[in-house]
Amino acid sequence: MSHDHDSPKAHRPAGAGEPHAFMAHHFNTPGQQAGAAKFGMWVFLATEILMFSGLFLAYFIVRMHYPDMVLAAHEHLNKTAGGINTVVLITSSLTMALAVRAAQVGDQPAIKRNLLLTIGFAFTFMVVKYFEYTAKIEHGMLPGKFYHAWDHGYYIEGSPHIFFAVYFCMTGLHGFHVLIGIGVLTWIYLRAGKGHFGPSYYTPVENVGLYWHLVDLIWIFLFPLLYLVR
Amino acid sequence: MADDKSTHDAGHEREPSYLVAQKGLKSWLFTVDHKRLGLMYLATTLLFFFVGGMAAIFFRTELLTPGPGEISGVLTALGMDPTTSATTYNKLFTVHGAVMVFLVIIPSVPGALGNFLLPLMLGAKDVAFPRLNLLSFWVYSLGALFFIYTLFAGGLDTGWTFYTPYSSNFSGTAVISATFGAFILGFSSILTGLNFMVTIHKMRAPGMTWNRMPLFCWSIYATAVIQVLATPVLAITLLLLIMERTLNIGIFDPAMGGDPVLFQHFFWFYSHPAVYIMILPGFGIISELIAVHSRKHIFGYKAIALSSVAIAIISFVVWGHHMFVSGQSELAGIVFSFLTFAVAVPTAIKVFSWVATLYKGSIQFNTPMLYGLMFLFTFTIGGLTGVFLGTLSVDVHLHDTYFVVAHFHYVMMGGTIIAFVGGLHHWWAKMTGRNYDEKQARWASLFIFVGFNMTFFNQFVLGQQGMPRRYYTYVPQFQQQHVLSTVGAYILLAGFLWIAFYLLASLRKSAAPKEPLPDNTWGGASLEWSTQTPPIEHNFHGQPRVDSDPYNFPQIDRTGGMDHH
Amino acid sequence: MILSMLMAPEAAAAAPEGSATAGQVLDPSVHTQGANAVWETVNPWATLPQASTFAEGTDLLYLFIVVLSLFFFVLIMGVQGYFMWKYHRKSDDQKTSSITHNGKVEFLWSAIPAVLLVWIFVWGEVDFLKQTVPPPDAVQVRVTGRQWFWTVDYPDYPGVQLTSSVDDNVVTLVVPKGKPVQLTMTSEDVLHDFYIPAFRVKRDVVPGRYTSLWFEATQVGEFNLYCAEYCGDQHSAMIGKVKVLEPELFGEYLAEAGKLEQEEGEPLAAFGERIYKRRGCNACHSLDGSPKVGPSWKGMWGKQETTDKGTVLVDDNYIKESVEEPNAQIVAGFEGVKMPSYKGQLDEKHFAALIEFIKTLE
Repeated sequence: MSHDHDSPKAHRPAGAGEPHAFMAHHFNTPGQQAGAAKFGMWVFLATEILMFSGLFLAYFIVRMHYPDMVLAAHEHLNKTAGGINTVVLITSSLTMALAVRAAQVGDQPAIKRNLLLTIGFAFTFMVVKYFEYTAKIEHGMLPGKFYHAWDHGYYIEGSPHIFFAVYFCMTGLHGFHVLIGIGVLTWIYLRAGKGHFGPSYYTPVENVGLYWHLVDLIWIFLFPLLYLVR
Repeated sequence: MADDKSTHDAGHEREPSYLVAQKGLKSWLFTVDHKRLGLMYLATTLLFFFVGGMAAIFFRTELLTPGPGEISGVLTALGMDPTTSATTYNKLFTVHGAVMVFLVIIPSVPGALGNFLLPLMLGAKDVAFPRLNLLSFWVYSLGALFFIYTLFAGGLDTGWTFYTPYSSNFSGTAVISATFGAFILGFSSILTGLNFMVTIHKMRAPGMTWNRMPLFCWSIYATAVIQVLATPVLAITLLLLIMERTLNIGIFDPAMGGDPVLFQHFFWFYSHPAVYIMILPGFGIISELIAVHSRKHIFGYKAIALSSVAIAIISFVVWGHHMFVSGQSELAGIVFSFLTFAVAVPTAIKVFSWVATLYKGSIQFNTPMLYGLMFLFTFTIGGLTGVFLGTLSVDVHLHDTYFVVAHFHYVMMGGTIIAFVGGLHHWWAKMTGRNYDEKQARWASLFIFVGFNMTFFNQFVLGQQGMPRRYYTYVPQFQQQHVLSTVGAYILLAGFLWIAFYLLASLRKSAAPKEPLPDNTWGGASLEWSTQTPPIEHNFHGQPRVDSDPYNFPQIDRTGGMDHH
Repeated sequence: MILSMLMAPEAAAAAPEGSATAGQVLDPSVHTQGANAVWETVNPWATLPQASTFAEGTDLLYLFIVVLSLFFFVLIMGVQGYFMWKYHRKSDDQKTSSITHNGKVEFLWSAIPAVLLVWIFVWGEVDFLKQTVPPPDAVQVRVTGRQWFWTVDYPDYPGVQLTSSVDDNVVTLVVPKGKPVQLTMTSEDVLHDFYIPAFRVKRDVVPGRYTSLWFEATQVGEFNLYCAEYCGDQHSAMIGKVKVLEPELFGEYLAEAGKLEQEEGEPLAAFGERIYKRRGCNACHSLDGSPKVGPSWKGMWGKQETTDKGTVLVDDNYIKESVEEPNAQIVAGFEGVKMPSYKGQLDEKHFAALIEFIKTLE
């Protein structure tokens, strides 16, 4: 074994990436840093999927045990609101992808514009969600022991409190992810304002993009499973 | 890699070690240095090992007599209500289990030794995400705080498995803070696993191919995969349990139309792989100890490495063997039983390979090696008794008896803890720059060996005779064996206190060696031995390059023509 | 009996598990001197009879795995010990072999265990499946687990109910020898597990669903019965006895044992105390003033009790209401407790006796 005492940058292998200002000390090349960050993000996304898969499993078991109840209860969800939110999120995925592209080519105004649009869509999603939740709470369609829809003239056969527990768990955890998404998008937006990103360094934008696509993807599964049972 | 001199960063002046490179409390609490974080994990896990161990000593004392007794005596002496002694016993075994699993065994080897060694062994300056590493440690500490809060907020009496509906609807203890603590600890575990996975993929030194990684790294890699893939399911399970307890959502509550057995499926889907999160790093340590102290190339490198990965994969599909008598379908029982036997094969391969490594070696019986050989003894018993529990009809009789208790202590303690203690001695000089007292260490290891086997071996017999676990009182016929167990536990305690004593003594100022210790304590051939002892802040003076595998010891006789390379 | 050669003849005929204490097993006056007495102390079957048709099969497989494990353990440790002795470091420059792997050996030590493991798996599976299908003519028994006692009913013997007791190790289940018995079990609260070691049977008892268990007892006697799934405070007191009788005595015994009636010359309060123990009240209510899961009965009678609905006088009406609708007015400090209803399980005579008993608890 030998030790190589020269600057690691001196023999940077091909494809190691261009040097930039955000190199961490413990990496040898920008390419190694970007690769680590991206691989880490994919692993993180895998943990997210597994976390949601626990809830999906719970959903399918509830649906298997009480097919009629799930059918009856889901009629009380607002399909229009859910549909609007689906369109909103898919569009936001598009603007996010455009932001990543803009970062890759170094189009500074386009990065900011597209990130702002994405944040706007995320807020729209949460506002629609707010109205949906308010309606559910007003109608007493709440999880577990708080369920009292019968007081408001709604009668659902079976044990709808479990369906609404699953509904609130799944959409709640998803909504929480949207809020986190707003946070990291804002962070990226502020950094974009300082001109941090360009062709040699755009990993943060790309990683936030990956996260945002996952949030979108989970909603694309949630929507038909909860709103479009029939 | 050749002899000691050339593996050293030759030509460099001694630099200040990572221990003194920066000074002050803040430089420790907010360090991003993987070596310092390793030491911090080491200190905290050992502290909790003491807490969990003392809980065990208390309830083993209670079990000296069949009836209620010792604990109520203690409670009376403390001016507390002696009628709560059954509850106190239940809280003690729960604390023991929960602390040992969530705060000690899961984070111990990866958190302490993994953090310290992984970048050194790979020839990297640090893990891939040093700040995330610091965050993991603080998340771990936060989770631990929730556990400590639980202890003072009335304790926890559900058993570490949190089975519903007892935990969700019946227990009057601090279930929410405990489960939330475990939930938080899960995130620490996920972040550590993620960090290690990326580190192994992306941070290996030039020339360090996958097949030139020390086996410790392979085992940490397999562990990380499980941590990343299984722990999120635990997170969601505990979240649902918390919701069940606070909102009564009804998913696990039969009174609300839910299914309590569903919780067991969720729980064991994590917790069975978690068993391998606990044992795989121990396997890694043993591979290093056996090879280095017999100066022999590890036998069957690929078989050992790939069997770790095989175990990691199979571990995801065997959770149902915890539920043979739970009321799951017979078909499920049969499938899970079969898959459980499948996991036994890679484990057997490892044991055989370790023994074969000793063949024509140069075996030195120093303390780390004694623990390595002790591991082969205790873990083989642990592994073989697993066969009984995987067998459907036999498990019907043995399930939830002391046989199970003995089995998992032989695996978790006779496996992981023994390996951890061995590893601690093996790398103690590298980590601290100090030597422990070898003579005391050998005597203490004898106490551990005798105490451990005395405590747990006859519990197999107890279980076979039908003594159920988690019993505060028991029928008098079992008393003899319980007394034997308890005395064994005291010997074990004495052994561990002795270890703590001489290790702490080696850290005293007056015990500092006059000359700095040699870089290579044992004549090891992996990268951590090529740098200064203790290592410098950035691990290596230059970029290490690797052109050989980590078990290529200079003593290996290459003239015999037996080389299969 | 395949295992009988392992068991001292005394053990097979001896009083069953539970009644034989550790002291008796060791007492040489009970057993013959010499080798047998030594064997008694180490024989794992000395205190655990094989009292059902499953026991022998389970033990045979158990023994098979023991022998196989011993073989491999001795082999591994023997080889390890030999290597430790032969190859210990004699000098610091001792040369070591350059061998790194050997395909043939590695294949063998993967394949041989794999074959043996499949053998064990199939054997265990076949035995297990025998335990899952009860014969159609099995004697039917219903078992209910509650914190912390068992209730056993016999559909074919109306009115017969046996219970376990947290204070005594009493007969909880009576079965005829040589006839299959099927238990249909459920729980009123948390998970329990019905475990009879002497029969080698065990099954979780789950709230909200029925699980089932069957066996055929082969030995007359009394055997221990345990709850094997942790269920809270008094988990270890949730034990009882299984009594196996000759079939002709079975019906007769049940007719007697199931009755919970005042005996000739028995004072009403004493009968009430028997109800207190036999119906499981003692699992949660103490008589000495210390709170258990529920409030103590000591000094309860005639008291103004604070409940979640206001105050109430503890009289005949409140006691009857608390038994039949426990959650109507819950004593302050016990709001979270879910006592199951006993509606229909006690008749007027029982109430009179129970109330009389409570009156005596000054």
